[in-house]
Amino acid sequence: MKILEMNHIHKSFGELEVIKDISLSVAEGEILSIIGPSGSGKSTILRCATMLETINGGEIIYMGEKAAYTDNNGNVIYAKGDKAKKINSNFGLVFQNFNLFPHYSVMKNITDAPIHVQKRDKTEVFNQARELLEKMGLLDKADYYPCQLSGGQQQRVSIARALCMNPKILFFDEPTSALDPELTLEILKVIRDLAKEHMTMVIVTHEMNFAREVSNRIIFMEKGVIVEETTPDKMFNSDNERTKAFLGKYHNMG
Amino acid sequence: MSFSTMLMQLSSGMVKSMGIFFWTIILSLPLGLFVSFGRMSKNPALKNIVKVYISVMRGTPLMLQLMIVYYCPFLLFGMNIRTFRFPAIIIGFTINYAAYFAEIFRSGIESMPVGQYEAAKLLGYSKGQTFIKIILPQVIKRILPSITNEVITLVKDTSLAFSLAYMEMFTVAKQIVAKESTFTPFIVAAIFYYVFNFVVAAVMEHFEKKLSYYR
Ligand SMILES: Nc1ncnc2c1ncn2[C@@H]1O[C@H](COP(=O)(O)OP(=O)(O)O)[C@@H](O)[C@H]1O
Ligand SMILES: [Mg+2]
Repeated sequence: MKILEMNHIHKSFGELEVIKDISLSVAEGEILSIIGPSGSGKSTILRCATMLETINGGEIIYMGEKAAYTDNNGNVIYAKGDKAKKINSNFGLVFQNFNLFPHYSVMKNITDAPIHVQKRDKTEVFNQARELLEKMGLLDKADYYPCQLSGGQQQRVSIARALCMNPKILFFDEPTSALDPELTLEILKVIRDLAKEHMTMVIVTHEMNFAREVSNRIIFMEKGVIVEETTPDKMFNSDNERTKAFLGKYHNMG
Repeated sequence: MSFSTMLMQLSSGMVKSMGIFFWTIILSLPLGLFVSFGRMSKNPALKNIVKVYISVMRGTPLMLQLMIVYYCPFLLFGMNIRTFRFPAIIIGFTINYAAYFAEIFRSGIESMPVGQYEAAKLLGYSKGQTFIKIILPQVIKRILPSITNEVITLVKDTSLAFSLAYMEMFTVAKQIVAKESTFTPFIVAAIFYYVFNFVVAAVMEHFEKKLSYYR
């Protein structure tokens, strides 16, 4: 079953067309990585998928329900009200710079939305939060504030915060690029563990070896278009000149 | 006049000064927040009206504003304004301080990183929840030092109520000085304002400390 379908997505900032007719889909349990040079529109496509940006054309479908579509006059219509709320509860996003709430403790960062937005039972939410923190190796940090944690710890809290909403699909926008190499490994391990549990994920990353190892499918994007979309092994042995040039650059950078 | 009579009269003035202070704080802070919403509104008409209001409030003397508020009902409607003195003072102070507080709220709200709004949106918080739970608490922490400045100025500004012959601290002190040819009431007044401000500053510092548990 498809969790997400994005069809013929267009997105411009003023004159600048950033996403040029991109289509992609993600099935349940699938892990899709998106790679590409900076400025190619990777963040923008995630931001469109998570409704942080409005698309200029195309359609976005979650679990068979239309979150946005383009009518015959070319106007994009977004789902509203309760329908939008229901659709938006399908996904979570892990930001590059965490965006934790600095005035809330780790525990409150994770539990506040499940309790006050999803109106779930407090005990159940706290139990889940503790389980998640344990999995992240942060159980002893439950009462800390974000400013008392390392970047890697903050990012793990933000992953726990997203997971506690029980999303069907989790997006990661370069979750390790704000982190030192050692801290990067912490986060990659967490994502690997999620992959073992068959969490559906879309990961924008510059960690090529990680993408190769963890994904079912990789998309290589450049200048707002999908250049190539295939399995990790085929991607890393691609004949496509642009793919080779991009991956070669990474290889040389070590 | 005995010293104790003088102190009696002065302390009734103190109570009135503190009344002006507290009423102004209680009313002008929330009003300032709403004015800042108008100032940041996407509606250009509302935004410009609020801009003019703020610039007039900041660009003309508070004493003059107090006079205009006080005499307006009489000049416009021929109303008897004898009992209007205290309300006029509170209205005048409130609309003046709300303008300053509005600009402080605005700078605080505009300094919030957009990532906080985006994280809140992804977690499904409504616009109201996002503002009340996520944005406002952080804004208050950020603007507290500027608020403290204004509050300390307000303590001293309460003496401007003398211009409407309202019997607050400064008015009373001036009258006694003129009548009894003694300088003592001014000394008492100075001590009063200083101690009042000292307490206000200590209270504000306490709030700042309370909010220093995070960065
Ligand atoms: N809010 C915005 N306003 C204007 N231009 C933007 C905005 N966000 C992104 N862009 C532009 O869109 C292009 C793609 O950006 P982005 O999606 O962030 O790329 P990537 O994540 O692949 O590095 C870039 O040229 C960037 O400058
Ligand atoms: Mg990016």
